[in-house]
Amino acid sequence: MLELLGAGLIGLGAVFFVAGTVGLLRFPDVFCRLHALTKADGLGLALIALGVALQAGTGGAVFRIALIWGFVALASATCGHLIARHARQMAGGRHD
Amino acid sequence: MIDPLVIFDLLLALGIVALAVAALATRESFAMIVVFIVFGLVSALAWVRLSAPDVALAEAAIGTGVTGALLLKTLHHLRCATGQPGQNATQAQISAPPVPVGVTLANAAFCGLITLGLAVAFLGAPAAGPGFEGLVAQAMPQSGVEHPVTAVLLNFRAYDTLMEVVVLLAAVIAVWQIERGLSDAPAPVMGEVWQGFARLALPAIVVVGTYLLWVGAEAPGGAFQGGAVLAAVGLLLLLTRAYVPQPAHRGIARGAFVLGTAAFALVALLVASGGRVAFEYPLAHAKTLILLIEGMVTLSIAVTLAALFHGREPMALKHEGKDDT
Repeated sequence: MLELLGAGLIGLGAVFFVAGTVGLLRFPDVFCRLHALTKADGLGLALIALGVALQAGTGGAVFRIALIWGFVALASATCGHLIARHARQMAGGRHD
Repeated sequence: MIDPLVIFDLLLALGIVALAVAALATRESFAMIVVFIVFGLVSALAWVRLSAPDVALAEAAIGTGVTGALLLKTLHHLRCATGQPGQNATQAQISAPPVPVGVTLANAAFCGLITLGLAVAFLGAPAAGPGFEGLVAQAMPQSGVEHPVTAVLLNFRAYDTLMEVVVLLAAVIAVWQIERGLSDAPAPVMGEVWQGFARLALPAIVVVGTYLLWVGAEAPGGAFQGGAVLAAVGLLLLLTRAYVPQPAHRGIARGAFVLGTAAFALVALLVASGGRVAFEYPLAHAKTLILLIEGMVTLSIAVTLAALFHGREPMALKHEGKDDT
């Protein structure tokens, strides 16, 4: 039962990744693409991490998966911010 | 019914080749570097599929992380040198002088020689032999560690590993010599969100790097992987300007560069002076010696990689000295 739920969550996460990729390919400018990518990335990864954690055997493994999720989420949010910031500076020459 | 993992492996292999072709075919420098980084990450996944987690870790940390950072830094340097910071590299490339035909030919010849050498090595290797797994497993009790890869790297073929550490030392010496005459490229301003991220990530990287070094004795990990992860600490410190290299720190930096090679060679000499072969550690002290070497080498690798990222040696005459960790 837990395995099935985990697999379902991983599948759902994969759907978000596919949606994010489609958004990356189809959206017109860098901000829209970032919007699609960071959302899909964050939610997709969270779902996949949750799914894998449900299938993980030990508490240590669950803890490690949670850590990985936390740091990837942090890094991808920071990356998204940096890219958007750079794009805005390139476009308008504004500094903050 | 085909095993779904076989399909995954096939897709992975095709993806790696496609990424390699894309990296070579792209003419825009930044895109090329990004594709190369993705190529490295997918290769790391392939190493995991080949049950070689040690190589996967090294590929992800050194081949992708540090090399990607070095390439991006070089691109930043190039753009600043051609007077177009932040501009598209295509524009920067136009102003760069054309590469002489001789250089291109020499590069082609060297690449051809490497390919030829690899082909000869591949054809000369026994096709489906048992490999060295049996021999390594047999010798494991004499190695002092529990992880076969670490046993091979730091005991059975320690001489090769010593040479790898020397290569890194040579690289940083070359960079300090070559970049002496270059002007400093101003570091990009990264913003507050980045600073916050660095503050959160830094302690975690220290823990992960040290853990990788420690766990190397019995599981995948080791000096090179740990050193590369710890080098990321240096990168974060440099990028956040929490640490600005000073000319006065050059001595410490030089000491750290040499530390790994020196400790490694010293252990070999000490062992040899006891009437043994250079890397034939006495069994009772094998684990201690290996851990000592790995610790020193890790420090050296971390400082060297961070210094390579920074580039030039800190200058006394500059308004703002720069370099090392």
